[in-house]
Amino acid sequence: MSNTIGVVVFPGSNCDRDVAWAIEGCLGFKARYLWHESTDLTGLEAVILPGGFSYGDYLRCGAIARFAPVLESLLKFVNDGGKVLGICNGFQVLTELGLLPGALTRNSGLHFICDSVPLRVTSERTTWLKAYKIGELIELPIAHGEGRYQCSQETLFKLQDEDSIALRYCDNPNGSIYDIAGITNKQGNVFGLMPHPERAIDPVLGGLDGKLILKSLLGV
Amino acid sequence: MPNFQARVLVNLRPSVLDPAGEAARSAANRLGVKGISKLRIGKAIELVIEAPNEQEARKKVELLSDRLLANPVIEDWNFEIQSIK
Repeated sequence: MSNTIGVVVFPGSNCDRDVAWAIEGCLGFKARYLWHESTDLTGLEAVILPGGFSYGDYLRCGAIARFAPVLESLLKFVNDGGKVLGICNGFQVLTELGLLPGALTRNSGLHFICDSVPLRVTSERTTWLKAYKIGELIELPIAHGEGRYQCSQETLFKLQDEDSIALRYCDNPNGSIYDIAGITNKQGNVFGLMPHPERAIDPVLGGLDGKLILKSLLGV
Repeated sequence: MPNFQARVLVNLRPSVLDPAGEAARSAANRLGVKGISKLRIGKAIELVIEAPNEQEARKKVELLSDRLLANPVIEDWNFEIQSIK
């Protein structure tokens, strides 16, 4: 095991260094930055799509990033069972890419929300959250203007049937359907969430509720 | 090769809440323009594209609209197109 986690860097990513610090400084794993034009994902245990404003969020959040060369390699990585975590803008990119269903839209209250919010763990099916118990309450920071998760009723039922709804807001801040804050794919190797686990991992900054999520990148 | 001018209109699907549209509607009310029962904000994308004929140009614009300019999960699109001399 290489213990190396890839951190994708798009023009406009702004949480890439935070993520790398969480991975290296707090967990002791290795991080490797992946510029959006790179295509080599060999030797990586998992890949993180960090938060930010990829390509300025032009057109729609994640819409341009979806066509980045690194994401073509990522599709193969996912098909081969590789673990991919999309945080905030990374979640938006995963939905645009079609790796996760639905879409993230403008917060119902229109404001950019920067806060720390309580969340309920609603699935322990995947390795991402198996360290938690169903119904467990955690608190993670959020920082987004377009975090209102939207999908058709049909997709919502499918997510429920497949036990893919991983995290739900206790007090829905943005109008997301069914209070959804994070979902996984059916296979369970892709996880997208709006909250920032990498901002709740350093004891100096307070909360540590993001630690187990990032630790699970290595299946721990 | 002939050029075609297209105007693609992208709108949120009717089932998707448009908070920006709602905010604009309430501002319209404050401006004194009463009686607006619906206000939805979309995008208009203008482009000029080269193609052997209009049918081919339409095909290209359809692909572009469906795969890049709009996200069919939340948005509808349509376009108008005309040849330019």
